[in-house]
Amino acid sequence: MKHPLANIILAPLIGAALLGLFGKRMSERLIAWIACSTVAISTILSFYLFLQHREALELGERFHEYLFTWINVGNFRADFSLLLDSLSAIYILFVTFVAFWIHVFATGYMRGDKGYWRFFTYLNLFMFSMLTLVLADNFLLMFVGWEGVGLCSYLLIGFWFEKNSNNDAAKKAFVVNRIGDFGFAIGLLLLFLKSGSIFYFDDGARGIHGALSWAMEQSADPLASSAIFAGGITTIAVLLFVGATGKSAQIPLFVWLPDAMAGPTPVSALIHAATMVTAGVYMVSRASSIYVKAPTAMLIMAVIGAATALFAATIGLAQWDIKKVLAYSTISQLGYMFLACGVGAFSAGIFHVFTHAFFKALLFLGSGSVIIGMHHEQDLRRMGGLKKVMPVTFATMFVGWLAISGVPMFSGFFSKDEILYRSFVAQGLPGPWPKVLWFIGAVTALLTAVYMTRLMVLTFWGKERFGGSHSDVASHGSHDEDAHHAGPPRESPPSMVIPLVVLAVGAAFAGYLGIPEGLSRGKIPNYFEHFLEPSLAHRDTKEWTAYAPLSSAQTIKASVETAETRTAGDHGAEITLTVISSIIALSGIVLGWFWFSRKPLWEPPRLLEQKYYVDELYDAAVVQPIKVGSRDGLWRVIDVHVIDGAVNGAGHLASRMGTAISHLQSGLARSYVAFVVLGALLIIGYFVMK
Amino acid sequence: MVPLSWYLGLSALLFTIGAMGVFIKRNAITIFLCIELMLNAANLALVSLSSFFGDVDGQLFVFIVMTVAAAEAAVGLAIIISIFRNRESLNVDEVDTLKL
Repeated sequence: MKHPLANIILAPLIGAALLGLFGKRMSERLIAWIACSTVAISTILSFYLFLQHREALELGERFHEYLFTWINVGNFRADFSLLLDSLSAIYILFVTFVAFWIHVFATGYMRGDKGYWRFFTYLNLFMFSMLTLVLADNFLLMFVGWEGVGLCSYLLIGFWFEKNSNNDAAKKAFVVNRIGDFGFAIGLLLLFLKSGSIFYFDDGARGIHGALSWAMEQSADPLASSAIFAGGITTIAVLLFVGATGKSAQIPLFVWLPDAMAGPTPVSALIHAATMVTAGVYMVSRASSIYVKAPTAMLIMAVIGAATALFAATIGLAQWDIKKVLAYSTISQLGYMFLACGVGAFSAGIFHVFTHAFFKALLFLGSGSVIIGMHHEQDLRRMGGLKKVMPVTFATMFVGWLAISGVPMFSGFFSKDEILYRSFVAQGLPGPWPKVLWFIGAVTALLTAVYMTRLMVLTFWGKERFGGSHSDVASHGSHDEDAHHAGPPRESPPSMVIPLVVLAVGAAFAGYLGIPEGLSRGKIPNYFEHFLEPSLAHRDTKEWTAYAPLSSAQTIKASVETAETRTAGDHGAEITLTVISSIIALSGIVLGWFWFSRKPLWEPPRLLEQKYYVDELYDAAVVQPIKVGSRDGLWRVIDVHVIDGAVNGAGHLASRMGTAISHLQSGLARSYVAFVVLGALLIIGYFVMK
Repeated sequence: MVPLSWYLGLSALLFTIGAMGVFIKRNAITIFLCIELMLNAANLALVSLSSFFGDVDGQLFVFIVMTVAAAEAAVGLAIIISIFRNRESLNVDEVDTLKL
């Protein structure tokens, strides 16, 4: 195979083209086959490439695959070329794997929907965009994929476009993402201006000096707020992070993700939990060489990540819609990932992306199975006692619940623990920041366990609260009114249950790829981290502390310690912290269990239920001023008077002149002849006289 | 041998007669004939100048003018017949429907 990486991204594109052009006339079975097999091709190719090049990737080799030169103007060059290194390899592995099983799930979930072919067209198109984003070898091509996934997200959120609120949610997602993309785009322009390249790395064959290689040659910016506006590497890093806050739903641009749950549940699982929303983490990790030179941007990222994690977890505690709980949970977990990146533990962030993809996709698909089993009911208040009727869904979601809560030996435990430990011992952050960040992370872990226990208890245990008054609640995801007939809940078909089982296995065991070294006292190396190491930059702490004006004695001491490899004392600290976080997770579950099995319908504080009124705040502060300004300023003054005035004025002028000249038209044919002869005489006269 | 100026003089005379006819006559058929007269005045000038300069281009032009005149006659007569059928009259001054 000449272009293996190109085939990975092309397979879903061909699927999307086939389904988009001819899908309308295909049977559901054929559509399902095409959609799943194209993703299967990508998955198999990804695994094949990974197994074939595993050792080379581990040693830091990069495989460039040049397809064609896309733009070449002056000294600006962008190629359509792909890159496989350990970071993109990890990403394509779990993206294609999880996506394949979600595709399989969707073939059952979407059965009978009149937009069946449209759904899988978008889903395959999304796969193409996501894989382009991940496999691109320059920032501009990554931006193409970045926008592509945004478009597919928009199309799929508004998939059931007959309902207006779905369209509003889609538009909201699109517009909020545009705000972030604006920052991203400016960051890229600035990066190109400074480094003269938008490629990631050097490629001798094409004579390219990469922007990240450039960043590694720079000296670090000081840790000071003035660096943000200095137009240097910190400004670039902050602008790129603005892009990440949009795509990955961080404060202040997280508001679109909860509304995005208006889309079909497989979409929520694939795009808004497992893959697309982690694109921000990917981008930040990809640009880690830039971030390690920008301590201010790292601090901002860590603080925003931690704040988002806590903020979203508290809201998740008080939602009644099963998908909304999971949406806020996703935002919260994404906050963890940025916290990890912000404290310099990029590999821990990516590891959490990896495990999160499994257990969150599992939880979303499980909720989808519950929603279908309950005939399109999403309100937790109308569930309960489903353990008996949906045994497989219950068992698999049970695994997901333990994984996300951080119960020891499940995948979420390893990744979350690593993040908490790394924030506790983070170097280069001023003053008490590492401890504060760790504390916020720990509180969030507790809340995570509590709200997930609440979700599980309300769904699967306790009294059955459905039936009877079922019909008076407008369900949110109704796409097929015929399927709405009330009936007893039932277990979902095999096409939906099998993916659940596969993902449950992943959610249980994916964490063993990256067991934190401290837990085995350094005996078992953290394979995941070692694999990623060549792709990620490490902060040079000495350089940092020399610049950091706020650094305390403690930080300097810590930075001296990092010069050596981790010592036995470090492992001891890690084990202590692990024990603490395990206790936190278990106590969260116990707390949630006793609280919500006694009072399942406990009314949470209004402030939380209303999501801190953030939507209302944005509406008042941003949306309404723009609306009023557009209507009363741009429309009623500028459009009506200035633009319409100019257009109408031009029309009036033409009409007046026409009226004036029309008097020459007497209707007498002979007078026209006179004009013709007169004109001819004038012209001849002119030439004769000249 | 008749000098060139005579031919050109006759051509100018015929052209002027034709032009004046178009100016002052109201009958569509007459105007039509006057136009033919003007065309043939031009033809006369072309032929005589062609002969004078020993160049066949002018004669070729005459053939083109004749072809166009034939086509024009067909269309023009058809229009005149159509006007007469509708109005029972050939007075061009009465044909002014398109007047503003």
